[in-house]
Amino acid sequence: MPIEPNARGYFGAFGGRFVPEVLVAALEELEAAMRGAFADEGFWAEYREVLRDFVGRPSALYPALRFLGADASVPLLFKREDTNHTGAHKINNTVGQALLARRMGKRRLIAETGAGQHGVATATVGAKFGLPVDVYMGELDVERQALNVYIMQLLGATVHPVSGGTKTLKDATNEAFRVWAAQVEESFYVIGSVVGAHPYPYMVREFQKVIGEETRAQCLERYGRLPSDVIACVGGGSNAMGIFSAFVDDPEVRLWGVEAAGEGVASGRTAAALGAGSVGVLHGSRSYLLQSERGQVIETHSISAGLDYPGVGPEHAFLKDSGRATYVPITDDEALAAFYDCAKSEGIVPALESAHALAFAKKLAAQRTSDALVVVNLSGRGDKDIAQVRALRERAEVRS
Amino acid sequence: MRLVDAFAARSKRRPAFVPYVMAGDPDLATTEAVVRALARNGATAIELGIPYGDPLADGPTIAAAGARALASGITIEDVLGSVARLAPEIPSSIVLFTYFNPLDRYGLERFARDAARAGAAGAIVPDIALEESEELRAIFALHCIDVPMLVAPSTPPERAVKIAAASSGFLYIVSRLGVTGAASEPDFAPMRRQVAALRAATDLPLALGFGVSRPEHVRAVADDVDAVIVGSALIDALAGTSGDDAVAATERFVSGLFA
Repeated sequence: MPIEPNARGYFGAFGGRFVPEVLVAALEELEAAMRGAFADEGFWAEYREVLRDFVGRPSALYPALRFLGADASVPLLFKREDTNHTGAHKINNTVGQALLARRMGKRRLIAETGAGQHGVATATVGAKFGLPVDVYMGELDVERQALNVYIMQLLGATVHPVSGGTKTLKDATNEAFRVWAAQVEESFYVIGSVVGAHPYPYMVREFQKVIGEETRAQCLERYGRLPSDVIACVGGGSNAMGIFSAFVDDPEVRLWGVEAAGEGVASGRTAAALGAGSVGVLHGSRSYLLQSERGQVIETHSISAGLDYPGVGPEHAFLKDSGRATYVPITDDEALAAFYDCAKSEGIVPALESAHALAFAKKLAAQRTSDALVVVNLSGRGDKDIAQVRALRERAEVRS
Repeated sequence: MRLVDAFAARSKRRPAFVPYVMAGDPDLATTEAVVRALARNGATAIELGIPYGDPLADGPTIAAAGARALASGITIEDVLGSVARLAPEIPSSIVLFTYFNPLDRYGLERFARDAARAGAAGAIVPDIALEESEELRAIFALHCIDVPMLVAPSTPPERAVKIAAASSGFLYIVSRLGVTGAASEPDFAPMRRQVAALRAATDLPLALGFGVSRPEHVRAVADDVDAVIVGSALIDALAGTSGDDAVAATERFVSGLFA
């Protein structure tokens, strides 16, 4: 069974509810509604139906025969979250939260977004369920992800550029919390990862655990055994918690969370909260955090906008400290190399986020033998990253 | 000066005046001059903001003031240095206002001790609600640092009573849903629904904040609460000033507010 947080929302020493008083009643209302929904088989039946008919689940568990090279003997499987509607795992969560919002009688959805994937996934369910959506997005990200801004608008959402702080995901999240505080009665805040105040980290994991449940069943059915290793990228960490949660009770399955090292964990230009951060409080929960000695959150860097976040979900902090999962860094350059390799060897253009997990799979496979069974959560497709990768390549060509 | 003494000694001015300023915006010398001016002009207590980069409870005015102060390199130690210079001179209580993470990083015990030595009367930490506040309140109580807690319009009545019981120094009533700032009107209806029950639950002074920015607001609540907390409107009035200009702007603002 996946880990249950305690009554105050703690996974061990991590989690909790560090929010202004104005939000406490809303979080309590949300928690009560969530527990009611989770105990209602009818709620889950509708959730599964939407995932099947709208999202296109179950996603395939695909044997990647060429990515590791012709002479590789280690079996490698991709969990194909990239084939979901809207192109990533994010939609599993927004479907669940939109159903819950409707059940609670909320009339609007609020979301934060960095790269725009969660914003698009929220705008999508807003359109499907007829709920107006306000998306908060840092000004820099609005510029960098113009295509996703347009898609959100096409879906009927209003995108609000956020000009405070670093003008990225952290500040978009601050603003979404503030807006939610002003309209808690009518609005539902759809958080995009396993972060935030209790019950969000737990609730988002429950809406993503379908990834792990499918993977586990597919492995047992097809290979008659569990995987030896499960690899997923970690920014806030929702795709990773989704796939890890089905295996936490199986000590023989090694769990690997891959963080964005950026230019290197010690470079000062990184987003590896677990690898380079320390314990602190951000966005409502206690977890690892990239912060200064004075407790100010510091600016992060990653080639992947979806991993470019100074915090990480509290359950990951717990899995790290308990030793159940191992967190490893992958740099921008390593991820980019894996991005190209995957496109050419498998005919799949992965998201830059997922490319971090792929890069680590290559490293791990070098230490494994043919009796291993390695699963990578291919959390999203790379269409959104094409313009960025192309610009990087053109710049590199000019230099050389 | 402790809050209980400051409220007991307050002038006939009703309600009591509790202004908020951000330490180090634009520089500490200006902040100290403004605090002295506020004290001369009848402030019962003065909230002194310690800047934090991710202030979830604050609107654009205070968030921007914090960003300016951080950009000039202001630290907790610097702010406590100001408190140590101000506290012996002024007849107002000084209440520090900041967020949990920088305090946690500094060390709760160390902060409470250093704040008490500097002469601060209290500390408001708006991102720890009742459930997460127990340890902090216990540590701060040992050092005689009051911790005023917040009650919001969304707080259910039975919870408001528990918050009142946990609060010290005064009880901070948030006027409306949302964050600090003068951009939208305060709403006194939720406060009026809550006040009777809060009076029954606590003897602490009741202070109303969030959006209280104009003389008509002050007059409107004079019979309901013991104090008004005014932050963003004062910071807006000080915009672009420093030194003597800031002192003059402060005096104009206070005389206008209580006109």
